[in-house]
Amino acid sequence: MMVKIGVLALQGAVSEHIRSIEACGVEAIIVKGKDDLKLVDGLILPGGESTTMRKLMDRHNMLTPLKEFATAGKPMFGTCAGLILLAQKIVRYDFSHIGVLNATVERNSFGRQVDSFETNLEVKDIATDFPAVFIRAPHIVEVESDVEILAMHADKIVMVRQGHLLGCSFHPELTSDHRITAYFTEMVKESLAKRVAV
Amino acid sequence: MTINQTGTDRVKRGMAEMQKGGVIMDVINAEQAKIAEAAGAVAVMALERVPSDIRAAGGVARMADPRIMEEVMGAVTIPVMAKARIGHITEARILEAMGVDYIDESEVLTPADEEYHLRKSEFTVPFVCGCKDLGEAARRIGEGASMLRTKGEPGTGNIVEAVRHLRKVNAHVRKIVHMNEDELMTEAKILGAPYEVLLQIKHNGKLPVVNFAAGGVATPADAALMMELGADGVFVGSGIFKSENPEKFARAIVEATTHYQDYNLLVEISKDLGIPMKGIEISRLSAEERMQDRGW
Repeated sequence: MMVKIGVLALQGAVSEHIRSIEACGVEAIIVKGKDDLKLVDGLILPGGESTTMRKLMDRHNMLTPLKEFATAGKPMFGTCAGLILLAQKIVRYDFSHIGVLNATVERNSFGRQVDSFETNLEVKDIATDFPAVFIRAPHIVEVESDVEILAMHADKIVMVRQGHLLGCSFHPELTSDHRITAYFTEMVKESLAKRVAV
Repeated sequence: MTINQTGTDRVKRGMAEMQKGGVIMDVINAEQAKIAEAAGAVAVMALERVPSDIRAAGGVARMADPRIMEEVMGAVTIPVMAKARIGHITEARILEAMGVDYIDESEVLTPADEEYHLRKSEFTVPFVCGCKDLGEAARRIGEGASMLRTKGEPGTGNIVEAVRHLRKVNAHVRKIVHMNEDELMTEAKILGAPYEVLLQIKHNGKLPVVNFAAGGVATPADAALMMELGADGVFVGSGIFKSENPEKFARAIVEATTHYQDYNLLVEISKDLGIPMKGIEISRLSAEERMQDRGW
């Protein structure tokens, strides 16, 4: 079964995700508008500036189609800014974006760019030594009971899964380690198999 | 637990990767920074005067008053960049100590050193530098720049130099990619470029860092043109806050940068913008007025 994974391409590290998806042997599609969403079985929300992406979503009425994509059970994976877009609550903000991940995130919670860092991370079911790059990264402050914690760093939650939704604070796309993308690819394949079976 | 490593190439270059497809806007105070953020800028460049005003004022242009950077950093959540003079180690260290997210070692300011650029690899904060051709680009990468921008001619509102520099850099990258490896050392000698950087370009098929366009972007169509020619994103200096309606121009330029090949959309967003900044014909600039010739 050929699956297609999209990368939201309003702004940010799009080409890195495309490269990583293709390295996992899956077709990658650039998603700029709501019609592009119909072509894909799963979607990656890349790193970048969440404020910029939100403005561009609003101007082209992308927010509702993105929410519908998620509520239809199609997998979504947000990295860094993408995690902020997915979260239901954002510390110090009275609004959210797509808001489907039952978690609260805090923006820029490791400091400014001079504090950005890389480290090796243990990620449940995926790796014991994942090279994780944190850039002006958010972290997950708290999660509801249906959200599984996949990785912690310095006592902060940095990666979670809630059924068909996956989110992390760091940037797997900036490395040549494709294990996390491969994990998401499997999520998309499983979800598609389920929908075909129904 | 392993130790966190800060200031690595991956962290510094990665920060620029996150800015791709975006617009970085020059601002001189908190109010302008908020307008830029609301319009969808991916970062702001905090400075005392935009390039066209630096031209008008004449004299020596230096790093801005730290108060301006502080004010801007307090006003927005997007990254804040700031400019240091070419070769001015101390201005750069001051900006790093303040916690700005990126430093532009910039020809828009009056150079502090006419011989040596900063040794940027020694800093934790990442740097962006200007370039007119691949030799200059490779020298800056060799010194540790984590991001490039083609120079264009700042403060002119004239896109011609930006186009010239971006085409020149990209054409030369393509040439390097297709050269035989045994020809690269001679090419490095001709360009005055570090051999290792050329080798990296050959192997990766592209520059090892993000390259934005700068110096002359005044309209949404200008921004879209630079994306069409292969820029990773756009810096807009005087083009926004020297236009008649900065909010509208800022929003339109952001949208044009994302949807640069959606020509029907470009029709709509280019309508009724008001008067863009007044431009300058490049041939009217004297040799001393050409900012692009500062640095080497």
